[in-house]
Amino acid sequence: MDSPRLEMNGRKVVAGRGAGEAIVSKRAISFFGGVDPRSGIVIEQGHDLEGRSIQGKVLIFPRGKGSTVGSYVIYGLRKYGAAPVAIVNIETEPIIIGGCVLARIPLVDRLDRNPVEAIRTGDWVEVEGNLGRVWVTKQ
Amino acid sequence: MFLTKKEERILEGEEGEAKALAMRLLVAIGDVYEARRMIKVHSAQISGVSYKTIGEPGLEFLREFTSRGAVATVKAMLNPTGMDLVRWRELGVPVEFAQKQLEVMRCFSKMKIEPTCTCIPYESNGNALRGEHVAWAESSAVIFANSVLGAYTNREGGPTALASSILGLSPLYGMHLDEQRVPTHQVKVKCKLESDLDYSLLGYWIGESLGSNLPRIDGLGEAPSYDRLKALGASMAASGSAPMFSIRKKADRRRECETISVDREELLQVSRVLSSEHEFEHVCLGCPHLSLEELKVIANLVSGRKTVKRLWCFTSRHLRNIAERRGYVRAIEQAGGRVVCDTCMVVSPIREMGVSGLATNSCKAAHYLRSLNRIRSRLMSLEECVGYGLS
Repeated sequence: MDSPRLEMNGRKVVAGRGAGEAIVSKRAISFFGGVDPRSGIVIEQGHDLEGRSIQGKVLIFPRGKGSTVGSYVIYGLRKYGAAPVAIVNIETEPIIIGGCVLARIPLVDRLDRNPVEAIRTGDWVEVEGNLGRVWVTKQ
Repeated sequence: MFLTKKEERILEGEEGEAKALAMRLLVAIGDVYEARRMIKVHSAQISGVSYKTIGEPGLEFLREFTSRGAVATVKAMLNPTGMDLVRWRELGVPVEFAQKQLEVMRCFSKMKIEPTCTCIPYESNGNALRGEHVAWAESSAVIFANSVLGAYTNREGGPTALASSILGLSPLYGMHLDEQRVPTHQVKVKCKLESDLDYSLLGYWIGESLGSNLPRIDGLGEAPSYDRLKALGASMAASGSAPMFSIRKKADRRRECETISVDREELLQVSRVLSSEHEFEHVCLGCPHLSLEELKVIANLVSGRKTVKRLWCFTSRHLRNIAERRGYVRAIEQAGGRVVCDTCMVVSPIREMGVSGLATNSCKAAHYLRSLNRIRSRLMSLEECVGYGLS
């Protein structure tokens, strides 16, 4: 049986395309101090993704938080080959935007459905940054 | 957002890769915040300078950005770096850290960004004038520029301020627009503020209570000094994210706004949470960096005496040079204190420098020392801190 492919529309923030397995967090992420740029593993204590890797995944979370140095951590993730292939936020902000521009990671937000509710970790997600569009295939 | 023909060409890479990347960043931010267009900025003040905070990823980015030909086109300044660029050995900064930090500084130098290395550019040869649009990143300088100087700046981050320094532009939204600069909340101060620490505690309480909302603070009495307003804004921007406050004496009748009150008990509550009762061997002053007036006060207090604890006074190199000519530096250093430039207790590798706890007059420092360094602080006024260092 084929799984349905769900389309969601939102806002283009950073152009580019990326597809991969979803990793979903219900909590804001501070890349500075919260994610190890060399391994892509979330290291913030008590975070719902603590110990999980975001490398090669489509990372879905509400918004960024913390220091603007977080943009450089996202750049570092790309440099060290540990970056997510795309990012989807509920409502994004300058730390994540800055990181995604520097690292050329597609970024969309303001989807017509809440992505952290509608998408589950492990779902297959395609992100088309130029259109602000996301397709989800449930697993 | 609307872009001029020239801006379009920059975005398409006609003026080089570095400018194109900077433009992509500012356009992405501008689109998200529904900026109508770009606005020219007079200066940019860039955060993310200390190797301790930006680490290897930040240094990698600066190397790459420099190699792509990034050069500042407007007056560009830096936030504090991770060490005194001249006396780092004497102060116990590890050599490996210093080498990385010096490489960061070489990248900024290639980009023609001035090594001002201060959080108070407005007192260190980098002022912003009333009505001027700037792109500053240091949160305490942003709130001071908007609230006290009457300049216009959003609360930029390291990367966006760096992009603005290359392009001389910033997206026109938020604090650049008069209609966004109206207070949303009134804060009634019901107790008399006695010291610089009281202003710092008040700012911290307001930031915690109001987050990103813009307060109008009533009840401060006679116009507080620049140094007190600096302390108030710095802690407000550390516990919250407001880019501006106002202290107009007359009630603002243009808009009804919610009112909150603060009394001595609220300030004591902040102090109880942030301040430790432990005894410490270090006294650190200068978050934000010390003004000439504050250096003079410290010099007078320690003149002819000897410190028992380590007294570190952080300021900009610009102000230290003036303080040197006026004899303040000699007075402080002969008493055993150190006037340290280019850095501060928050962005230096302070644990590696042998500090495990300290006395300070800054709620902002106490906040970040606890969260970033796991270092405890004992909060006292500037005068009390100096007295503590002498006893």
